[in-house]
Amino acid sequence: MPDPDASRPERWPDISFEDRMATTVFDVHERAHIDVDSSVCDGCSTQRCVVVCPANLFVPTAEGGIVFNYEQCFECGACYLVCNEEGAITWTYPEGGHGVVFRRS
Amino acid sequence: MNTVDAVVVGAGPGGSCAAAVIARAGYRVALLERGPSPGSKNMYGGVVYPRMLDALYPRWWEEAPVQRWVTRRSTMVLTDTQAVTLDMRTSNWGRPPYNGATAYRPDFDAWLAGKAEADGAELLCATTATGLLRHGSRIVGVTTDRPDGELLAPVVVACDGVNSFLAKEAGLHSPVDASNYTLGVKETLRLGRDVIDERFGVRDREGVDIEILGVTGGVNGGGFLYTNLDTVSVGVVLKLTHLAAQQQRPEELIAHLKSHPAIAPLVEGGELEEYSAHLIPEAGVSMMPQLATDGMLVVGDAAAMCLAAGIWLEGVNFAMASGMYAGEAIVEALTAGDMSAVGLAGYERRLERSFVLQDHRKLRNVPGLVLSDRVQHQYPQMIANTVERMFRVDNPLPKPGLRRIFTEERRRAGVKVRDLARDAWTGLRGLG
Repeated sequence: MPDPDASRPERWPDISFEDRMATTVFDVHERAHIDVDSSVCDGCSTQRCVVVCPANLFVPTAEGGIVFNYEQCFECGACYLVCNEEGAITWTYPEGGHGVVFRRS
Repeated sequence: MNTVDAVVVGAGPGGSCAAAVIARAGYRVALLERGPSPGSKNMYGGVVYPRMLDALYPRWWEEAPVQRWVTRRSTMVLTDTQAVTLDMRTSNWGRPPYNGATAYRPDFDAWLAGKAEADGAELLCATTATGLLRHGSRIVGVTTDRPDGELLAPVVVACDGVNSFLAKEAGLHSPVDASNYTLGVKETLRLGRDVIDERFGVRDREGVDIEILGVTGGVNGGGFLYTNLDTVSVGVVLKLTHLAAQQQRPEELIAHLKSHPAIAPLVEGGELEEYSAHLIPEAGVSMMPQLATDGMLVVGDAAAMCLAAGIWLEGVNFAMASGMYAGEAIVEALTAGDMSAVGLAGYERRLERSFVLQDHRKLRNVPGLVLSDRVQHQYPQMIANTVERMFRVDNPLPKPGLRRIFTEERRRAGVKVRDLARDAWTGLRGLG
């Protein structure tokens, strides 16, 4: 008997996080619109920004700090909101015309 | 330095409606947009309720760039293995004046900003407002990141979205509390028009709006699934502070939703066309800022006017309405020559008389109820188990009766009668 599942589409075309982010258009400006005071992060036990950022821009380092990338930012603001108590993230909008360019949102 | 009669910051639905009303009255209005085009920074679940546009653009449905007209509205309660769905279909919503529509915000917002331009507003894209200009305590314009970028006006309308740095700079917001916000993340998945018609049981431009409870793991929130013409929008809305505490990644929670046995057959094989995210001001009136000050009004998401009340999830309509009312109040104030908070009081008066503040007041306790631990983690199990046993034929055992089933399942879910009664009262008061 033929496998009835043989002709079904693959359930989840398995997509890496990098490929996921590549579906969104960003017009990156040379000025970073996010700034992180890593001296504060070194003492931060929660590092909530690492979990909540939908673009996964915040990466903890082995030394307990944070490295970040501003280029693929959705400009949602979740990072600075959850960081509020620690006050390590300075967040502004990118230069006019730059940053994320949604097309199918 | 440039001077206009009004500066509207943000060419989303609120800003465009405000600018259109002011321009129609013959005043000079600048409409600033930090994106390369209106809507390029904007993301939402996917449904807009445009009836507010009847007043500004009669027969808007003949030209608005919508994907599908929502004619099928479902609310699903899920557990890991079960789904209970309340499903409503009506062909009445598939013809003018319609009810809700799925639309991509870059399309819809650009169209609406184009209408404001046609009404005489000056749209300036790729322009970020970087701060407020003040004369004493009055706000008299904004600074922008354009060369020679100061823009003077007797009134500024902050339509600058959920993060509203302008309303914060003006001191209109209480200290920001992250627990008032949810994070929306979604995938736009290409399936093809025929596949969508077949899987969702719709034809032509008919569309489906599915709201989902009980699928966001340990993180309080909800899920959604909307049909566009040849794609679906699937995603989750997550309580920001829970997400941080639970150590669960947003994209993993979308994957969890997509793999549910009731959802997977609808979305499988979909090719990711865009991944997007946005914050939602979830807490309604309890987080609303002061809405007017000397020389400034606050509109839409910037004023936390999103309605996130479980079965009602609305925002664009609140933005359009508050934008129009802000525009009307500003025209009055410009005519009278009084741009103080007193002169601009027509804004709040209009909001009070309309659905904008009335819906928010009536439903003030519902957002908290929907995101409560009982609704999130106990009721889905209680409801799904009750319904499953209601329809289960346990022969040779006789039917236990609905009352006994419900009592047993309520206890099994750890729900106290007192709490259930209190939540039912909160919910019914919101409905009534």
